[in-house]
Amino acid sequence: MLGRTANGLFWMYRYLERAENTSRLIETGQRIALTRSGVSDDEWRPVLQSAGVASAYDTLHDTLTRDQAVDWMLRSSENGSSVMSTVSAARHNARQVRTALTEEVWEATNGAYMEVKSLLARKVTDRDLPEVLGKIRQRTALVRGATHGTMMRNDIYDFVRLGTFLERADNTARILDVKYYVLLPSAMSVGSSIDNVQWDSILSSVSARGGFRMAFGNTGGPRDIAEFLILDRRMPRSLAFCVGKILDNLGYLINDYGFRGEAIEHAEALAENCVTTDIDAVFEVGLHEFLQDVLLRLGLLGQQIEIDYRFSE
Amino acid sequence: MSDQGHFDEMYGRTDEVRGPYRDLNGWFEGEAPARLRAKQREAEELFRLTGITFNVYGRDEAEERLIPFDIIPRIMSGAEWRKLCRGIEQRVRAINQFLYDIYHRQEIIRAGRIPAEMIERNEAFLPQMCGVSPPGGIYTHIVGTDLVRTGEDQFYVLEDNARTPSGVSYMLENRETMLQMFPELFAQNRVRPVSNYPMDLCRSLASCAPQATTGTPTVAVLTPGIFNSAYFEHAFLADQMGVELVEGHDLRIIDGRVAMRTTCGYQPIDVLYRRVDDDYLDPLNFRPDSQLGVPGIMDIYRAGGITIANAPGTGIADDKAIYSYMPDIVEFYTGERPLLENVPTWRCAEPDAFAYVREHLHELVVKEVHGSGGYGMLVGPTSTKKDIAAFRKKFEARPSNYIAQPTLSLSTVPIFNRAGLTPRHVDLRPFVQVSPQGINITPGGLTRVALKKGSLVVNSSQGGGTKDTWVLED
Repeated sequence: MLGRTANGLFWMYRYLERAENTSRLIETGQRIALTRSGVSDDEWRPVLQSAGVASAYDTLHDTLTRDQAVDWMLRSSENGSSVMSTVSAARHNARQVRTALTEEVWEATNGAYMEVKSLLARKVTDRDLPEVLGKIRQRTALVRGATHGTMMRNDIYDFVRLGTFLERADNTARILDVKYYVLLPSAMSVGSSIDNVQWDSILSSVSARGGFRMAFGNTGGPRDIAEFLILDRRMPRSLAFCVGKILDNLGYLINDYGFRGEAIEHAEALAENCVTTDIDAVFEVGLHEFLQDVLLRLGLLGQQIEIDYRFSE
Repeated sequence: MSDQGHFDEMYGRTDEVRGPYRDLNGWFEGEAPARLRAKQREAEELFRLTGITFNVYGRDEAEERLIPFDIIPRIMSGAEWRKLCRGIEQRVRAINQFLYDIYHRQEIIRAGRIPAEMIERNEAFLPQMCGVSPPGGIYTHIVGTDLVRTGEDQFYVLEDNARTPSGVSYMLENRETMLQMFPELFAQNRVRPVSNYPMDLCRSLASCAPQATTGTPTVAVLTPGIFNSAYFEHAFLADQMGVELVEGHDLRIIDGRVAMRTTCGYQPIDVLYRRVDDDYLDPLNFRPDSQLGVPGIMDIYRAGGITIANAPGTGIADDKAIYSYMPDIVEFYTGERPLLENVPTWRCAEPDAFAYVREHLHELVVKEVHGSGGYGMLVGPTSTKKDIAAFRKKFEARPSNYIAQPTLSLSTVPIFNRAGLTPRHVDLRPFVQVSPQGINITPGGLTRVALKKGSLVVNSSQGGGTKDTWVLED
């Protein structure tokens, strides 16, 4: 496979994953706004931070309102991580690596682009927002389904998965880090209803409310949430799960290609950090410090994958 | 139904349905127009979803556009087709011999059949190719001969397209679409398949592998990239052939071979089907500012390290100024009378021709010698006085840049629109593969149709559409 093709695949799936995550974050933000009375537009700041688009927002805006925040995350062409930008970028990459994709995956991606483009052609009203967000997620799920159901399990698929899980791990770590303070043991003593909403919003940002209930019943506290999203290998958006998948796919590439790059070392170090530790050790290091370290390592891992597999010259 | 003066391929000149169209006509009469309209929309949706688009240069907001597809196929009998094929084969064989000769001993110039300056002063002539013998002796591996029809037995070659003919993906996708939408038509008519084209092409390219090849030849398609107007086709062909689609920056010269950067290191390419023009192929040998090519690839080519298809310098054979010499070229190399006719052509570089053409602009078709895609041409009879006046200025400033031809009354084939079946002018581009094993012409081709009433310009960049093209088994 061409290094450029590996690059295109890797980023195509990073962008798709990002589009999905962003739409989920908007949904969570909207949910908080609707379930709490007297809530100010400030609530959208952590949402922008979780999506990693707050500082870019601030350089172009003086004020922060709900409408502006939603539009920035959904439609803005100046925001490279908006749903419209990422879906366009995913499709652009898909065209570039068209020969590596099955017809079904290409058509699902092209279809997703066409629908999202028409859904986001003009500002989305409050009333239409839930439906629009639902459709975006359906469309990206369709691409994932076509990928799962029709693509060969070869090096192409490995790069697809590496992009997906690197982006997802990055996202989960960022969501946790923005709200890390509500998960600190000291916060437990506060125990107010505000924290319950905060905990709830963390879980729903990663579609994990149901999963968490299944694992911990209705008694789970903030420590359990941290454990669930960092260490639980059953949870498909947890750091441990994502890092495990990254390790698997790097392993397949090593077998397939017969050479061992340096990326695997980075991944193994990450796994050591978030798979083999227990949650007490995480809190001992400091949750924020731990997450900052994970984010840094994920960045380095991504760069090393690009070098090992000759994404560019 | 047939327009006065035009030969209609469905109704002839007599309003009696011609043989190849009889079954189709029976089917059409039994169909409800509403259902067909729905099918036409369905076809468009299919094309949109599969992403069969082409990019139009100089239009920002509409980066990608669909080529309109018409559901009424263009049909030829087996006998008509065989006759055409003999003519095409003869012409393509002559073109390859001509190219070999031009880049070696230039016998045809010595014999006085073509003036030396026609070659030497021609931008399409590549001195770098002199004395180079391409692997297998093949210059034009892929040709798309443009034909027009004016009567029952009257075909003309309009252009030879020996550089990088495009459109074959439409031939294949149009057929797929028809098979999906109207399976019943293929049960009634015995239509020869076109779907082998990509595999045939891959085999044909591999059979021209250079000496340096070890093992099974590695074939790749070279594209200028995602913003090229034919990018879809480049990706489509690479995909269908099961080969890599590469861009210039994926390639570099390593150990005397052209190699592509893969996830496991650099891997040599044996045969490169390039969809990049000569000028851009090698910044060291041609345009130094090109980002699309591979620095040094010409040196590797000359040393037998890679096969480039089509060979650099083939443009000299489909140049519009050389076109007028094609009857001589065919005769000179094959010793036979040309089976396919050329359209009579005035070379405006010649004073007599120039004098005639400038007086008759309103009735002629005038083309730029190096133009393509229907840009920069004048169709006298359908142009306004203002258009002609504007064109005249450019023309008189540089007459040698133009050729002129009489306006042919192109045949029509009906399209399906709100009025039902309505005749529109068409041309035909069959696709030819040349390898040391012989010449292979896929039964069918690309039929382009001018969707505007009376229009003779079928180019997709000028609002033309396409049809599926059937060759019947008989």
